[in-house]
Amino acid sequence: MVILPKDYKHTLDALQDEKLTIIAGGTDVMVKNRNWSGLIPRVEGNSINIFQLNELSYIREDESGLHIGAGTKLEELLNSPLIFEPLKAAVREMASPAIRHVGTIGGNVGNASPAGDTLPILYVYDTVIVLESVEGIREISIFEFITGPGKTTRKSNEIIKEIILKNIDYTGFYYEKVGGRRSDAISKLSFVGLYNADEKGTIKDVRIAFGAVYKTIVRNHELERQLLQSLNSEKSMEDIIDEYSQLIQPIDDQRSNANYRKNCSLSLLKSFIQMAGGN
Amino acid sequence: MSRVEFILNEKKVEFEGDLNKRLLDVLRDDFGLFGSKEGCGEGECGACAILFNDEIVNSCLLPMANVVNQRVMTIEGFSTTKKYKAIEQSFMDHGAVQCGYCTPGMIIATESLLNKNAKPTEEEIKDGLAGNLCRCTGYNMIIDAIIAVSRREDDLW
Repeated sequence: MVILPKDYKHTLDALQDEKLTIIAGGTDVMVKNRNWSGLIPRVEGNSINIFQLNELSYIREDESGLHIGAGTKLEELLNSPLIFEPLKAAVREMASPAIRHVGTIGGNVGNASPAGDTLPILYVYDTVIVLESVEGIREISIFEFITGPGKTTRKSNEIIKEIILKNIDYTGFYYEKVGGRRSDAISKLSFVGLYNADEKGTIKDVRIAFGAVYKTIVRNHELERQLLQSLNSEKSMEDIIDEYSQLIQPIDDQRSNANYRKNCSLSLLKSFIQMAGGN
Repeated sequence: MSRVEFILNEKKVEFEGDLNKRLLDVLRDDFGLFGSKEGCGEGECGACAILFNDEIVNSCLLPMANVVNQRVMTIEGFSTTKKYKAIEQSFMDHGAVQCGYCTPGMIIATESLLNKNAKPTEEEIKDGLAGNLCRCTGYNMIIDAIIAVSRREDDLW
């Protein structure tokens, strides 16, 4: 059975009553639960379809950051002047127009794939996930929200309501998605690096994340601190690259293999370091 | 089982059944509209593309719950319009149709693109067609057809 909620409150009540599969755009759920043509997709248990809940579709900015309703469609992110360019860069290379017209950012977060293309960007923006249930609102860092491939700390009565990106300053960013083709490709790996330099060229902040090379997105604050120091002192980066190499533990699968993923990730890291003025 | 309504090719219609059923199956099995094809069945080929509130969407990925009270236009409905005739003629003029399997999806993609961007560049056309595969033409003829139809003087879009 599929529940079509009247409104947002009805959704929270329904999630309290029983464990439901939440469907928004459906672009992942319908593939994952695919059946023979003509037959109903094999979605586990009952589901609730939140695609038409307008309450979850918004983009607004305030002093705490950029608030994106979980039901905001990927294509809407591209059309909004409020969305930060690094996030747009990732979304532009996601799937195809046909999928971006229905797929949502909340779905990409909830699906928690290591290859989810918005995720490395959300990690570098210290994103907070807002969950809500009839018991109230809970805010959790994306680092703690996603625990493994397809695994999150969402409780069955909770819904992903909103995604809050911190407003950070940057003077340079580098985003690269490596896939089998230019569109409709699930990432073999992806890389994002941001740095912020002052007018004298001193680097004040540097952030790096890798997608699809570990069971979650790879981002390490301690290595970023070391990298920041090295960038400003012209020290060699080799130790830091070695440390990242330890964190990058990709797998072999149908899209790529561990060896390629690791080497390519490290090459992208080196390119970014050069771009930020390091060597 | 649920009974819901949606707008199919500008007419209000009813659907009764499981709301997780794919729109593609409903179009083909319940309404006898065979223009939308099942190619890959996982949103990668675009053969099942339809216009959903005027935008291209893969009907193989769309559960009926998403469609309730929304507007769906298939190639059959679109084929009665002036815009379709212009696209069809341009596709014929440029040899953009060979086996024809991808063609309904390609025409839907063209309409969705031109609705948003009436005079797309070649790069913008490639981005607009991303997600629609053609194994015959090599795409160049399709791109030429879209450039030509978007440069017509009567400004259909």
